[in-house]
Amino acid sequence: MAAVNLHSVKLDKGKCVGCTGCLKRCPTEAIRIRKGRATIIDELCIDCGECIRVCQQHAKIAVTDPLSAINRFKYKIALPAPALFGQFKKLKDVNSIARGLLRMGFSYVFDVSRGADIASRAIMEKLKNPNCPRPLISSACPAVLRLIQIRFPELLDNVVDVRSPMEIAASAARKEFCEKNNVPSEDVGCFFITPCAAKATAIRNPIGHTKSAVDGAISIIEIYGLLSSQLRRDKTGDEDGFDRTHSGSALGIGWARSGGESLAIEADEALAVDGIENVSKVLEEIENDRLPDLKYFEGLACDGGCVGGPIVFENVYIARNRIRKLVVDLPKEKISDAVTLEEVKALGNDVCFDKPIDPIEAMKLDQDFKEALKKMDQIEEVRKKLPGLDCGSCGSPTCQALAEDIVRGFARELDCLFLLKQKVADMAKQMVEVSELTRE
Amino acid sequence: MSIIREEYPVEAMDFVTAGEASAQIKRMLKKLGVDPGVIRRLAIACYEAEINLVIHSDGGKLTLELNPDNVTLKSDDVGPGIPDIDLAMSEGYSTASDDVRMMGFGAGMGLANMARNADHFRIDSKVGEGTSIEMIFDIKK
Repeated sequence: MAAVNLHSVKLDKGKCVGCTGCLKRCPTEAIRIRKGRATIIDELCIDCGECIRVCQQHAKIAVTDPLSAINRFKYKIALPAPALFGQFKKLKDVNSIARGLLRMGFSYVFDVSRGADIASRAIMEKLKNPNCPRPLISSACPAVLRLIQIRFPELLDNVVDVRSPMEIAASAARKEFCEKNNVPSEDVGCFFITPCAAKATAIRNPIGHTKSAVDGAISIIEIYGLLSSQLRRDKTGDEDGFDRTHSGSALGIGWARSGGESLAIEADEALAVDGIENVSKVLEEIENDRLPDLKYFEGLACDGGCVGGPIVFENVYIARNRIRKLVVDLPKEKISDAVTLEEVKALGNDVCFDKPIDPIEAMKLDQDFKEALKKMDQIEEVRKKLPGLDCGSCGSPTCQALAEDIVRGFARELDCLFLLKQKVADMAKQMVEVSELTRE
Repeated sequence: MSIIREEYPVEAMDFVTAGEASAQIKRMLKKLGVDPGVIRRLAIACYEAEINLVIHSDGGKLTLELNPDNVTLKSDDVGPGIPDIDLAMSEGYSTASDDVRMMGFGAGMGLANMARNADHFRIDSKVGEGTSIEMIFDIKK
């Protein structure tokens, strides 16, 4: 069982009005409204951030680090996500972001797009193995990995055992910085500038490896204001601190958009899907063996890919288009030219997983199969009594979910307004009958 | 001992709902905690069976029976039947129309795929009447 209470989506109780907005949109049915407030079932939450996006009251908050967290370390490395490049109008050049981050107090900037270059090369090597599972599934999106752990455990073996660009970037950045400046590793803090909360969870609770190389995650929205004012002051040709950065290739930056990873790894039969519901549907198809020719599956939880993350500033379509234009203007460089195999090997064990991904048995009704069968039977009995409107007024997302909650002991039949109404009507009828019988 | 029996009607040429029965069955088995490997095999066979009903039959039903030791999946239809079962069982043989093939179905691996994924496979067919398939999947303990 994976550790719980490590999620990065939290509820601001004061703001939640107990409406059914998030309840109905959660792709894993992890939300219930209890006592007039939304609660999240830890085992089922995949940190996709849909609830953050849909909440009209802004009661769902992504838990990330404040910028001040970097001061815990003597040397601070910024790891900007490729998605950050889509946030700003008229970027003078790719290095202006790095220059801005350095002025904000970071000691070194290592673009995660460079991590994406290295990850791409490692994945290309995996694809060369004729015995690798088909399709290989991208490990980049932690929300999709968690979805697979919960809903598609039989596909876990298909997940490519290469760490995410963020992790690879952190390991490479730390190594490079420590060697260049001859400083001990513990003095160095690596901070991911993140478009999503799922990455913050993946740092605290890594999937496929024991420890994260990243020390914290700061949301794009947190640094947006400060960084844009730095960018306004940025001058082309201002190369101050330029040797204190490492940037990635155009293909690495392309990972910010859905399809960018597939393009970078040059897989001839690859499929890129974005949006968590779409990803679910295509995973179903893969589970049914409907896509036997597929070699690589890239699934990203957010619409548009990482540029559509829940804690970015810019609209996904605008940001996506900026990334597209930026990539067009950059030199065309193949991954095999951008990263040598020696560079991948030099990172040693920091590129691949060091442990298998375990399934999360959150859907199971009971550990004992016979008990589970019995409960399934009871659920069916309860469900037949319910109206089937999936209105959500009871606090469970659907009538089926309420039936399960009742059998699991988390809800009562009279939580259903329709059953309650029926009960009140029956009682009123009985009262009338009693009063008729006892009339003198 | 609890035994669950569920029926899922499947309509001919109804591509709107095609795959829904399989998805429901899969979800149910996951909730019961059936071994993921068994679910994967059952999912593949079940989807093939459902699509066969949609493409080839005049309508039919899938029946799922759950016991503590195994899962039985039956597919019963009214339809043209299969004149030569051995031929139909060979990979690549298909009588699907071009329209259906255009949709990515009817590659002619359905029956063989079902037989390969099930632990026990039985098929009966009468030309002009219909086809019945029974597949049993043992649940690992």
